[in-house]
Amino acid sequence: MTVPLLAEQATIGYGRKAVCERLDVEVPEGEFTVIIGPNACGKSTLLKALARMLKPTDGHVLLDGEDIHSRPTRTVARRLGLLPQSPIAPDGITVADLVARGRYPHQGILRQWSAADERVVAEAMDATDVADLAARGVDELSGGQRQRVWIAMVLAQQTPLLLLDEPTTFLDITHQLEVMDLCGRLHREGRTLVAVLHDLNQAARYATHLIAMREGAIVAEGPPDEIVTADVVEKVFDLPCRIIDDPETATPLVIPRAGARTGR
Amino acid sequence: MSTATATSTSAPQRARRVTGLLALTAALVVLAALSVALGARAMSMGEVWAGLADTASDAYPVVTELRLPRTALGLAAGAALGLSGALMQAMTRNPLADPGLLGVNTGAAAAVVSAVHFLGLSTFGATLGFAWLGAAAAAVACYLIAGAAAATPARLALAGAAVTAAGLAYVSAIQILDTATLEQMRFWSVGSLVNAHNVPLGIVVGLIAAAAAAGVLLSRPLNALALGDASATGLGVDPRVLRIAGIAVITVLAGTATAACGPIVFVGLVVPHIVRAYTGPDQNWVLPYSALGGAAFMLAADVLGRVAARPAELQVGIVCAVVGGPFFLYLINRRKVARL
Repeated sequence: MTVPLLAEQATIGYGRKAVCERLDVEVPEGEFTVIIGPNACGKSTLLKALARMLKPTDGHVLLDGEDIHSRPTRTVARRLGLLPQSPIAPDGITVADLVARGRYPHQGILRQWSAADERVVAEAMDATDVADLAARGVDELSGGQRQRVWIAMVLAQQTPLLLLDEPTTFLDITHQLEVMDLCGRLHREGRTLVAVLHDLNQAARYATHLIAMREGAIVAEGPPDEIVTADVVEKVFDLPCRIIDDPETATPLVIPRAGARTGR
Repeated sequence: MSTATATSTSAPQRARRVTGLLALTAALVVLAALSVALGARAMSMGEVWAGLADTASDAYPVVTELRLPRTALGLAAGAALGLSGALMQAMTRNPLADPGLLGVNTGAAAAVVSAVHFLGLSTFGATLGFAWLGAAAAAVACYLIAGAAAATPARLALAGAAVTAAGLAYVSAIQILDTATLEQMRFWSVGSLVNAHNVPLGIVVGLIAAAAAAGVLLSRPLNALALGDASATGLGVDPRVLRIAGIAVITVLAGTATAACGPIVFVGLVVPHIVRAYTGPDQNWVLPYSALGGAAFMLAADVLGRVAARPAELQVGIVCAVVGGPFFLYLINRRKVARL
């Protein structure tokens, strides 16, 4: 198994406050990795470190075996795309123009906008089903449409690795599943995905590799049907539960126990 | 330059933007002609023409030694202020950013006044370096007071107001204490083009042109930064490096303009807003348009000031403030301040 992206003994935090200490994490190639855990467990912090937004105060994040901070950030941007939690759409920007901004790492002062750029942008909009919206303003779109446009922007970057920080958080259930289906498809097409998710059952349904975190440390990692057990869920979330087979997908489904939390 | 071919925009949209650019250039030519033709001394078109062509005519010294340099300085300083306003708004994603409002021009002015008063410097070249130092110091001070990376548009505007007020008070204090400085800089300290003939135009235009070229080259990374610092990082832009480069360019643009014309507010605020309403948010267009628009705004304000109070004249800084003030109020009263 090749590991294109990994953290090695990484201590990560904001200012002097370390959120994760001496963390070892591997992102296996070709897998859909989902990081789960309770609020403030460090899952978004870990993703930010993997995306080079945060520099570990100690230890390293390695991309293709090299320290991610020692490589030019534009070179990294051709290997690894990032959808942050709340990206900003400039006022009045159209869908096509926003998606086109994903081409930035492939352009240069002398390397101008080309037919190839145009084609990649069109493909990214097709893949995310937003081609019909190309001329629309991003601010007119629904939350679900807007999230698909942002994913198209990251796809236009043409990176084999995609990092998504809570891509479903502000969406209603239908749009959440729409975005997850899209991520599943991108994974099946051969990309390596890493996403931070809140919903344990969605994580179990879509991920091929799960990382469960608590208080800055990794509690368990592996394929969902090995990891999602009543024991692990209790350890990670303090949630007594039963695990049954999802009747739709046969993936593990977490059923919280009734009344088990009273008196705690 | 990376303008015409750098975006994915559709053909009609591009045609519209190119047309606008041509119209703006034509307007600049007309304004420049008006700026040469109109002045405190009324002249017929024939006299003005003779002033340009005939070295022996009465009008020759007025036109070539006063009005032409004044027009050239207005163009250069206006372009510098319009562009630095657009750069500042893009860098901070703050629609209220302007080198005048965020204290940069006042910082430059305070440093120039200090150099004149304490060190007895009087040549333009000597004060220019001080203007840059003052501009950079004010920009950094404003950014830090506003809470650095956590600065919201409102906090940045408030910090800017504080730095501007302190700077202006300082400039006034020095001028009250030192009447010689006051006499020398009376018009300059409200923002004026009247001293254009005493300014080394070649240096000013050259510096502003070089900084403007560097500034326009920042348009693509600024387009990435517009999506937020996180997205910009994901796209391969280091927001910190980009902001440092931006501050350097703004310092040269706004510092040079201020050293030559005094502190002028609102040009950098008003122009980019009008420009974006026409071009949309693509910095590849916003930046060059803002430079040309700033030049047009400045010349128009200067001509207006000469015509409105004849035979005296209103200094261009005052006209800009009178026009820009209400626009500023309009911006902060709009329910939703445009995100960049």
